[in-house]
Amino acid sequence: MRITECFDRGEFVVTAEVGPPKGINIDGIVAEAKEFLSGITAVNVTDCQSSVMRIGSLATCKALKDAGLTPIYQLTCRDRNRIALQSDLLSAAMFGIENVLALTGDHTKLGDHPQAKPVFDLDSVSLLHTMSLLEQGVDLGGNQLVGEPPKFAKGAVVSPCSDSVDVQLAKMERKVMAGAEYFQTQAVYEPEKFIEFMETAKQFGKPVQLGIVLLKNAGMAKFMNRNVAGIHVPDEMIAELAGDKEKAKSGETGVKIAAEIIKACKPYCQGVHIMALGWESKVPEILKLAGI
Amino acid sequence: MLITKLKDKEMIASLLKGKVFVINCFGCKEVHFPEEEAKALQKEWADEGIVTGVLTTDYICNPENLPLRLERHKAEIEAADAVLVFSCGVGVQTVSEYLAPKRVCACCDTYPLPGGQGVTPLEYDCDQCGECWLNLTGGICPITACSKSLVNGQCGGAKNGMCEVDPEMECGWERIYRRLAQTGRLDVFKTPVHIHNFATDLELKQE
Ligand code: SF4
Ligand code: SF4
Repeated sequence: MRITECFDRGEFVVTAEVGPPKGINIDGIVAEAKEFLSGITAVNVTDCQSSVMRIGSLATCKALKDAGLTPIYQLTCRDRNRIALQSDLLSAAMFGIENVLALTGDHTKLGDHPQAKPVFDLDSVSLLHTMSLLEQGVDLGGNQLVGEPPKFAKGAVVSPCSDSVDVQLAKMERKVMAGAEYFQTQAVYEPEKFIEFMETAKQFGKPVQLGIVLLKNAGMAKFMNRNVAGIHVPDEMIAELAGDKEKAKSGETGVKIAAEIIKACKPYCQGVHIMALGWESKVPEILKLAGI
Repeated sequence: MLITKLKDKEMIASLLKGKVFVINCFGCKEVHFPEEEAKALQKEWADEGIVTGVLTTDYICNPENLPLRLERHKAEIEAADAVLVFSCGVGVQTVSEYLAPKRVCACCDTYPLPGGQGVTPLEYDCDQCGECWLNLTGGICPITACSKSLVNGQCGGAKNGMCEVDPEMECGWERIYRRLAQTGRLDVFKTPVHIHNFATDLELKQE
């Protein structure tokens, strides 16, 4: 199923994210996804997230699909040139994996193989454009595809609380031009900033899913504030996490904060995308508390 | 060594809006310039009466001589809607920075050739990528100023305006966006998506 069909029907679309392991046994994440994420629309599978080498996104998507879930294939331009990207897109379509989230990808220097040569032959915008071309039965070399062309639900990301939000909006517009049909955002902790962002972003007429990263403790929040682009966890939230350590540890505080952000932003967006970073078991609780 | 080649005629024609001031950099022995073709094209423009002035020089990329050279043509440059530069990527970047917010356009693509390179000031770098993108980025090279050589805008990694790869380096797309805003050229974000041609084999490119 293409996730765009759900947006078209006016549903508030819920997705969550799973990160494949560094190894060949993925029974654990498949079982967890089945148990906790079966009720939501689709499950994103990250592509060597943070430039850390892991089992492939496409293979994991296929395993999730076989288990009855709807995967969203995250595809970055970091490790593949235009030939490999197009080839992997065709492979995904062959498996019936039609939801693709196009990303530029983190730089190789940030991951566990900083010695690697980064590729970036294409970027998120040209990758979306490439998908649009393949859908018309043509590849980037101008050659015709054989047989029926693939059809994708083309997703992209944007960072609404970035300190360079105008620069981000310019890129968002380009992604729309290139064929992006919906957006997932970087984690939001400041609903006012998100709402202000949506005021401008709504002109593009594409559904936007609010990004949520579940907070596990005060240290994690402070770390993200220092190191992660486009994220600012306000002091009150950090204080709340630091206040009752037991509640933070059990996940209660993080779940409550996530639900509050969703409630505040829900009227302004078309869905939510939850990045639980290993705490996938908490996703149903967040949704319940947020009234979804 | 490097080689510059005129962009195709249609592309150059799309840069012509109103009056132009022309800068030719024909003097650097490390670079092969398409001198005859450039002159022929500029003659056509002169006949049409759209040229406010021409500066033909060497080492346009040298920021020490540049102010003096451009100063002599100040009125002609002011009278022009755009400055069209026939040089390698470094020359265009140097002139763009100096003349901002004046619109400065690259008329050449830059290709690598084996051998030594010209005197290029450190802050303006050109990778001789074969399809010069400076006309879409306000004269700041996205290939060398962005750690990922992105040509369509900023990635999600810039924090406080700095690059995700090197917190000491300003994000190249912050600089490009600022320059585009300053020169009233933010409309380039609305130009159709075009995939960068990284082939630097001239014969392949000419087919
Ligand atoms: S875009 Fe940059 S690397 Fe490419 S030719 Fe122009 S100045 Fe050189
Ligand atoms: S932060 Fe800026 S300079 Fe660095 S890779 Fe991203 S867009 Fe390029």
